[in-house]
Order: sequence, then C-alpha cells, then structure tokens
Amino acid sequence: MSKFRKKSGSGDAPGINTASLPDIVFMLLFFFMVATRMREVTLQVKVTKPGATQSVKIASEDRNKVISVYVGKPTKANLYGSAARMQLNDVIADLKDVGPFVLEEMNRLPEADRKKAFVSIKADEEISTGIITDIKEALRDVDALKIQYGTRKTASLY
Amino acid sequence: MGRRSRKPLPEINSGSMADIAFLLLIFFLVTTTMDQEYGLPRELPRKVEEKIPPPPVKERNVLLVYVNRNNELLVNNEYGDVKSLKERVKTFIPNKTNRTDWPEKEAPEEYGSDGNTFVFQKSKGIVALQNDRLTMYKTYIEVQDILTQAFNELRNELAKEKYGKSYDELSELADKGQTDDIQEDASAKIEAIQKAIPMAISEAEPIKSK
Repeated sequence: MSKFRKKSGSGDAPGINTASLPDIVFMLLFFFMVATRMREVTLQVKVTKPGATQSVKIASEDRNKVISVYVGKPTKANLYGSAARMQLNDVIADLKDVGPFVLEEMNRLPEADRKKAFVSIKADEEISTGIITDIKEALRDVDALKIQYGTRKTASLY
Repeated sequence: MGRRSRKPLPEINSGSMADIAFLLLIFFLVTTTMDQEYGLPRELPRKVEEKIPPPPVKERNVLLVYVNRNNELLVNNEYGDVKSLKERVKTFIPNKTNRTDWPEKEAPEEYGSDGNTFVFQKSKGIVALQNDRLTMYKTYIEVQDILTQAFNELRNELAKEKYGKSYDELSELADKGQTDDIQEDASAKIEAIQKAIPMAISEAEPIKSK
C-alpha cells in the first residue's frame, strides 16, 4: 500500500500541460476557415424554406452567380409590419425595387457570368404565393428569366 | 557587446496564444455558414407585347393545374390531389395509348449525336400551373416538386430504355465520371434526353382578379 501513498510535501495534482492547446485550436480554426463561407446578409425576415425532393444543389462555382431575394415575415414587426416583405441585400424593400436591384447585381458580375446568373427566390413556406407572383412579373419586366425557388432538400414528401 | 550576445534570449511567453486562437475561431464560427444551397430551377416565359397574340396551343395538349386559396387542386377542371398528380402527368404527357383528348406527338425525330442517337416522338404536352394569390407557398412548391418528379421519372424511363442507364445515373456520371470521356459522353446523352422530354411546366400568367 505504501506504493500509493501520496508524496509528502505538495498535495496538489500536477498541472496539465497546455503547450499544445494553441495547436489544437489553430487546427480547428483552419478547418472552419476552409470549410465554411461568409454569411452574405443578415436576415431581417424569417425564412424557412419549403422542402422539395427534386432540389438541385447549387455548385460552388455558381455561388457568385446567384442573386438572392428573400421573402418572409419581418422579424421586427414593429418596424416593418407583420405582412410578408422582401429583403434585397440588407434592407427590406418594396416590389418596385426588385427590377433595378437585379439589373444592378447583374451589372456587377463579370460579363461572362451574366448569362448564367439567376435569381434565387428564397421564401418562407408559410407566406402566400401572391408576393412571389409579383416578384416573378417584376423579373420578367427586366428580362431576368432564369430563376430558382430556394428549397430544402428532403428525402421524401410522404 | 560580446558579453551581451552570449546572454540567452528570454523566451516569448506563449501562454496567451490559445486565447488569441480561440478568439479567431469564435469569430469564424459566428460570421460563416456551412449550409448548402438547394433549389428548383425554372425558366420564366419571356414578356411579349400584349398586341401580339401568343401562339395558339391546342386544348388537348395542356394539363391545367390550378391551386386555389384553400390549397386544393383542380386538374383539368376536376378535383385532384398532390399524390395522384404525378401519375396523372406521367400518363398524360407521353400519351402512350394515343388518346385523342391527350397531347399530340411530333413527327419521329432523331435525338443525340455520334453513335448515341435514338428516334423518339416528342410529346407536345404542357403542364400549365396556375395559383391563387392566397395559395400557401409551401403547397405551391409541393406541386412544383411533384411535377418535377414526374418529368424526371419520365426522363429516367427514356434514358433506361435508350441508353441502359437512368437519367439520374447519367447526371452522376456527367458530374463525377472517372475520365473526361465518360463525363462528356454522359453530358451528351443528358442533353439528348432533355431535348426529347423538356421540362414543360408553364407558370402561366397570373389570372387577373375576377
């Protein structure tokens, strides 16, 4: 039993060596830097995308060709009301802003990408379709015909 | 001078290194996202001047799907539901039994290129999707999804029949095929199938309020 007797003197456990802690944290840091991408906007509307089984993944090389329009109920109801609104970049906007916004974003893209650019309508599943119809009409007015309904990938509907 | 250089350099205290790294890590955790983006791609019809009448479409070629404000479906003026819509589209569009009230077919044509050709009668059928302003978006997307599914399954069947591989398998090959040749071959086949069975979903103009 005497083998297990504590050394006389200091009763403290020896300190854990933390010299490799920075290495571990840096490894995690690099992983997150490589595997993730920056958030583009701060959402001011609540968006839960509807599920769809036939959803197509946007390839990473096409990410810069996406022009996003978010639609949903504003999170700040006291500022923007409780009806569904659309968000372009970082601001809540009206229907008349959609056309100019899309054209402006289109112009910002390099010329080679403009033909492949598309508008992604990311709308909340609880809203009514009227506002989506309005947006589609506005897009047709400015000849931005390639669109995509933002969805969640689900395995099966039933 | 000589005496000073012989003195050992004091070690840099790296105790706060972990703190700095954690700070950076937390910054990246907060400002970045990892979620993948998915969607249903569609092409809107070009806007035409109202004076020019749209090209006439025969009634038998159109399957009208109307979603009302109570999220109920009207398929060619009969009550329908989402579950049976897929089968309806899958039988309606190819019109294998040559019914006279179902879509016409174009003259047999050759699809594909170099060695991968097949002869196919393209259907003139169109699914016209209309919705009420108060239709719930979730239902609308559900219907869009079912229609996409129907067309994709038709494409799968045709690809299986003509090339021995389903459309989904071809898509995978075109994306991740081992050699460039395999990828190009698959892409050419996909293009042929897409031409033979276009995704004929028309999101018709909104009905003017009645």
